[in-house]
Amino acid sequence: MVSGLINENPIVYEKKERRVRAESSNTDELSAEPIDQLEIFDILFLLSLLYIGSFVSPEHFTHHIRDIKDPEHPYSLEELKVVTEDSVEVDDDKSYVRVTFTPTVEHCSMATIIGLCVRVKLLRSLPARYKIDIRVAPGTHATEDAVNKQLNDKERVAAALENPNLVEMVDECLLPSFE
Amino acid sequence: MDLMEKNVELVEVQKLEGHTDRVWNVAWNPVSSHAGGTSPVLASCSGDNTVRIWEQSSLSRSWTCKTVLEETHTRTVRSCAWSPSGKLLATASFDGTTAIWENFGSEFECISTLEGHENEVKSVSWNAAGSYLATCSRDKSVWIWEVLPGNEYDCASVLNGHTQDVKMVQWHPTTDVLFSCSYDNTIKVWWSEDDDGDYQCVQTLDESNNGHTSTVWAISFNAAGDKMVTCSDDLTLKIWETDIAKMHSGEGYVPWTHVCTLSGYHNRTIYSAHWSRDDIIASGAGDDAIRLFVDSKLDSVDGPSYNLLLTKEKAHEMDINSVQWSPGEENRLLASASDDGMVKIWELATKP
Repeated sequence: MVSGLINENPIVYEKKERRVRAESSNTDELSAEPIDQLEIFDILFLLSLLYIGSFVSPEHFTHHIRDIKDPEHPYSLEELKVVTEDSVEVDDDKSYVRVTFTPTVEHCSMATIIGLCVRVKLLRSLPARYKIDIRVAPGTHATEDAVNKQLNDKERVAAALENPNLVEMVDECLLPSFE
Repeated sequence: MDLMEKNVELVEVQKLEGHTDRVWNVAWNPVSSHAGGTSPVLASCSGDNTVRIWEQSSLSRSWTCKTVLEETHTRTVRSCAWSPSGKLLATASFDGTTAIWENFGSEFECISTLEGHENEVKSVSWNAAGSYLATCSRDKSVWIWEVLPGNEYDCASVLNGHTQDVKMVQWHPTTDVLFSCSYDNTIKVWWSEDDDGDYQCVQTLDESNNGHTSTVWAISFNAAGDKMVTCSDDLTLKIWETDIAKMHSGEGYVPWTHVCTLSGYHNRTIYSAHWSRDDIIASGAGDDAIRLFVDSKLDSVDGPSYNLLLTKEKAHEMDINSVQWSPGEENRLLASASDDGMVKIWELATKP
């Protein structure tokens, strides 16, 4: 087993000051508020404790579940700049969202898992009418096309999410952080 | 009926509710129709691990769920296909198995389970005689099963050639030529020169011969068997043709060639395409729309072209995974299946 970390010292960025949302003058709770970029980012911000750079690869995750529970890098996606507010494109009228994420290293074998977590989080949070595209930022991953293709093949995502080990891992990644 | 744009519409006949997860595929029983004295029957399969059998009442004309086939597949049922006799239903599942169900009128019994694929089975297809069954899987292989007496199914061939996940298998309607399409962006044609069932890959349709540039999701043939439509994640539908008379003459394999590409219509992955008996191509996609295309009947310099007959936007609330024309000649019914958990029955009608 490979014992070293893929990315031993990830650069940790400061969290961006939260933009304060304008209070809505509309007090009717049933009225539909459009979903905006910040809201999607806030949803993804809850994605935390992704153990970026651990030696877990998607192919071998089943053997390493125990290792994941001993986090090496308990930073959120925001602190690692894997996802930033600017990497979220959203068009509420067209019910469309695109998230472009940046793996911490070019060969990060966790890219598929991170992308899957992002997709699952959005599937669980957004209205069903939403179309979701998840992409690796261009030029940031060695097997960018392969990762993008797999993350956007809903049949493969559906099959992956019937794997109890993988679901357990995704759920763990989606646990709220304790800050 | 004159198929002119603006004088036909796709009218929703009924929404069939029951599945509790996305519906992947629908299949019309080929022998049931009002003309034959029995009622139309439709099977649907879903991410809820079940298959539902729907029947239209000949009196009220409304559709009801007659049976739910459950507790056999332990994961998503991805595909279902009736045998040509309409007596057997084959179902392919992510659990790695293909089940064969016998139809005893109102009851269905699982009479055989085909095991062998390493992981998810994505599609199942019967040949025209009902003597062979083909299955394909994420394990990159295509299997041909021979149907033997006594509910026995023997693996006759394991076909390797695709480099990725195989999405669909489809037998040709008039010859024992098998087609498969894949996540590797290709369509492969499998044929046996002799009757010994020694199937080989005789043609690969890929980017180098005007094929698709991303995952190919589905294949469908016209009734004559000389044309084929394929659809893809590259947002196009492609029409292919062959000299079927020459193929039937037994002179050997006759290759398929690209006729035209329909692009600029759907703006998300096209998951399904189906060619009707009266030459209307239906497509269903991730943009929630159903589109119908017809041969323009105009011989231009560029060869045959196909025109958009109509678009049904928001046909479902979510992605459309399957569109299938009914086999009956009486009326033009189309069934669709969606991520929204619904199956819908549509009728292609002339505008008043």
